[in-house]
Amino acid sequence: MSAAEPALVDVAVIGGGVVGCAVARELAGFDVSVALIEARGDVGDATSKANTAILHTGFDAVPGSLEARLVARGYALLGDYAKATRIPVEGTGAVLVAWTDEERGSLESLRQKAIANGYLDCEILASEAVYALVPHLGPGVLAGLTVPGESIICPWTTTLAYATEALARGATLMLGTRVTGVSVADDVTTLATTRGLVRARWVVNAAGMGADVIDRMYGFDRFTVVPRRGELIVFDKQARPLADCIVLPVPSSRGKGVLVSPTIYGNVMLGPTSENLADREDTSTTAAGMEFLLGKGRAIMPSLLEEEVTAAYAGLRAATEHGDYVVDVDADRRYLLIGGIRSTGLTASMALAEHAGLQLAGAGLALAPRVGLPPVPVLPNIGEAFPRPYQRADLIESDPEYGAIVCFCERVTRGEIRDALRSPIPPCDVDGLRRRTRATMGRCQGFACGADVESALHATDLA
Amino acid sequence: MTGPPLTVQADVAVIGAGPAGLTAAIGLRRLGVGVVVLEREAEAGGIPRITHHTGYGLRDLHRMMTGPAYAERLVQGAVDAGADLRIGAMVTDWSGDRSVMVTSPEGRWRLSAQAIVLATGARERPRSARLVPGDRPAGVLTTGMLQDVVHGGRAVSGGSIGSRAVVVGAELVSWSAVLTLREAGCRAVLMTTEHERIEAPAALVWAGRSVPGLPVSRRTRVTRIMGRHRVEAVELTRLDTGQTRTFACDTVIFTGDWIPDSELARAGGLDMDPGHRGPVVDGALRTSAHGVFGAGNLLHPVDTADVAALDGRHVAGQVARFLEGGTGPQAATRVLPGAGFAWVSPGLLRPADPPPRERLLLWATEHRSAPRVVVRQGDRVLRRRLVPWPASPGRVFRLPWSVLAGVHPEAGDVTIGLG
Ligand SMILES: Cc1cc2nc3c(=O)[nH]c(=O)nc-3n(C[C@H](O)[C@H](O)[C@H](O)COP(=O)(O)OP(=O)(O)OC[C@H]3O[C@@H](n4cnc5c(N)ncnc54)[C@H](O)[C@@H]3O)c2cc1C
Ligand SMILES: Cc1cc2nc3c(=O)[nH]c(=O)nc-3n(C[C@H](O)[C@H](O)[C@H](O)COP(=O)(O)OP(=O)(O)OC[C@H]3O[C@@H](n4cnc5c(N)ncnc54)[C@H](O)[C@@H]3O)c2cc1C
Repeated sequence: MSAAEPALVDVAVIGGGVVGCAVARELAGFDVSVALIEARGDVGDATSKANTAILHTGFDAVPGSLEARLVARGYALLGDYAKATRIPVEGTGAVLVAWTDEERGSLESLRQKAIANGYLDCEILASEAVYALVPHLGPGVLAGLTVPGESIICPWTTTLAYATEALARGATLMLGTRVTGVSVADDVTTLATTRGLVRARWVVNAAGMGADVIDRMYGFDRFTVVPRRGELIVFDKQARPLADCIVLPVPSSRGKGVLVSPTIYGNVMLGPTSENLADREDTSTTAAGMEFLLGKGRAIMPSLLEEEVTAAYAGLRAATEHGDYVVDVDADRRYLLIGGIRSTGLTASMALAEHAGLQLAGAGLALAPRVGLPPVPVLPNIGEAFPRPYQRADLIESDPEYGAIVCFCERVTRGEIRDALRSPIPPCDVDGLRRRTRATMGRCQGFACGADVESALHATDLA
Repeated sequence: MTGPPLTVQADVAVIGAGPAGLTAAIGLRRLGVGVVVLEREAEAGGIPRITHHTGYGLRDLHRMMTGPAYAERLVQGAVDAGADLRIGAMVTDWSGDRSVMVTSPEGRWRLSAQAIVLATGARERPRSARLVPGDRPAGVLTTGMLQDVVHGGRAVSGGSIGSRAVVVGAELVSWSAVLTLREAGCRAVLMTTEHERIEAPAALVWAGRSVPGLPVSRRTRVTRIMGRHRVEAVELTRLDTGQTRTFACDTVIFTGDWIPDSELARAGGLDMDPGHRGPVVDGALRTSAHGVFGAGNLLHPVDTADVAALDGRHVAGQVARFLEGGTGPQAATRVLPGAGFAWVSPGLLRPADPPPRERLLLWATEHRSAPRVVVRQGDRVLRRRLVPWPASPGRVFRLPWSVLAGVHPEAGDVTIGLG
């Protein structure tokens, strides 16, 4: 080892997904030093960027499970946090639609399950009432179950808000830094990374698809992550009036099934598929997946299929052999695992962070509140539920750059792109800029603005 | 939010300063009508602004010019004619029957007019709209973006354009892509088309030269894109045999497959044409909304710029007539695509209102070198006509308006098909 010892932090959090960022933010709220270590060039660039972006009530979780508890708690925490930071959320509500007698038969037990989960607002609807709610559903609806609390949320802003606040609270963000080895000594754990060594008293493993790999570095062999791919199709904004609320399938033993949902950006989404893979980085879409989704979509909402497709993408759920989240603290070695955060991690993120804090404190990490915390950050609004900069006369008057629309399909202004580039966690590529502003994610996919946006990203004269 | 938005009044609001909108504005000014033209780009001119090859202006200006020269001439013409041209001004919504909301660096404002001309053009469907699966790496573009990157003098990030390109589509615009790639130092190594034939001859007229040694895979579809960060290859599938092969490349250009920029038209509740997805118009280019007209590729995705411009000239006279008042339009008959066509434009027939250039524009879905066109109304065949020019997917097929002579206003929809 070189003469200069790398600096020592109290806690190193491995993984800058929505969970790791939430944990870093939470811990940085106490009087400890925190480093957030992320292999990729940006936060929220793995599973946390490619999901169905629903803020779940947890009505259909397994009662009594850790997931059930943390989803319900996370729903409340993130709901409040979103108001404070202006993370876009829309309370669209959901309706589960039964297409077969078997599905209709299971609605009552689902309602009971919701009650067991502490969610009391579900109501069973007759077919006509379901059509009244979602008139464009295809023929054959037998009944439905409402879940009024299900909401849609911006997953990108959520992750960014956590990371931004963690930074403001003094955490260190280490992007482009992959943890490759762990060595535990009496008081200090040394992490080998692609950018040198990091020394930490405590380590939190929130590495998503890579959580089992890190866990094995500690000598454990208790779970294996299986990437379960979910492909999704996003339809043009002109389809938005077709789907005013989330249309959920009745879950079966084969998983949650395919939903139709409005998105916070004003589109309609169809998906996801569910398929176990071997490759942990394979987020490609497939012909079979697209065909399957279009088939489902045609049955659920035939008129949706007449609309143009804006995008297709895929995300990987970190499935494991365990049904529940795998959260476990090893007090002796000052190590906390947060694994198997499969399909509800966005919703549960703040509750997972809170839970992590309690686990660490219970294992001996002293967590005294930090005095003089900075105010919560307010994030730029990229959702459709609230006025966007291009719609705001006041904003344009004070700064004409908010009147200069660059991305026409998504109505993103030069002012917003400038803000993103000057923000505490600036994007490192067009994808990152898209997650912060929506630039180029619209129906033309850059036909009109791609070149402008690329050059804005590389311009040094934006100031 | 501060008070009510500032309202600007105009006789006519033209939305979109491409060949259609600019020519409409020039025409209206010559008739003494006040015009505000709104263009969302920082420069007026529309698509020709970024297509540097020659092939513009033949039918409207009776000369051949490059895209930028053509665009410049139209812009200058509009300004000289006294049109109030507002650039960097995007129409985002309607705020009444004939008034729209605009965002520009000057502010958020309303433009109210007695008539509106929608001339918002068309764009190419990107890869995602064509549902081409696979990885989502850098290096996948449309021709529009390619030309914007190459000709707009933009920084090319990490090289969105590589050195070996596959050009998807063999329409006129595809050849334009090939030329632009060459300018950017990228070789087109393969052109693919799902059709039997390529649209080469007219392309040579457009582009002024051919591209020797570019192999073309016909009846072939790109069925997958491979490469995690940068395109590494595409999977090609033969439509007739289902046979697949992997073809190495680092750039994929999706060309053609046009769709109108019809967001405003649809948001305004105008009747839309399911075939071309733009608004339905009649020969006077009236949409279904009173006082709202259309022009250019919004109505026929995609014809050449001169045809779009001549729409503009035509619509100027119609709008002026509308502003003078006069009698409302006659009853209309719907004109629909029959076998072998995807759309007909205009889609409404009013015998007193001949369309621009007295031509009907159609989009063929199959190739015929000497097509027999059949016009039907109900069960009745009105006309069978052997046409001496080809019908071919990938370019507009034009018919004289006279094929609709004899249509009975009360006898229901008319179809035009291939016999
Ligand atoms: C199709 C789909 C739909 C979903 N829908 C919803 C939904 O509607 N609502 C909801 O609440 N949830 C949903 N989810 C689940 C949610 O997206 C995940 O639970 C959540 O994103 C997991 O976050 P994470 O931080 O654990 O993982 P990730 O976002 O994957 O973050 C883990 C990070 O760790 C980094 N990393 C890994 N190994 C290392 C290493 N060795 N060194 C450094 N860094 C490393 C990775 O680069 C990655 O950025 C869905 C998931 C999918 C796939
Ligand atoms: C690569 C390529 C090569 C071509 N080569 C030739 C050729 O050689 N010869 C030829 O004749 N034709 C050619 N064409 C076709 C030609 O460019 C089009 O026919 C022509 O531009 C159509 O004119 P337009 O006015 O209908 O639409 P456009 O030129 O598309 O103009 C529409 C304008 O409306 C603006 N707009 C849209 N929505 C709004 C809004 N909401 N608010 C404000 N403004 C808005 C757009 O920014 C745009 O400037 C080519 C096209 C391409 C893509």
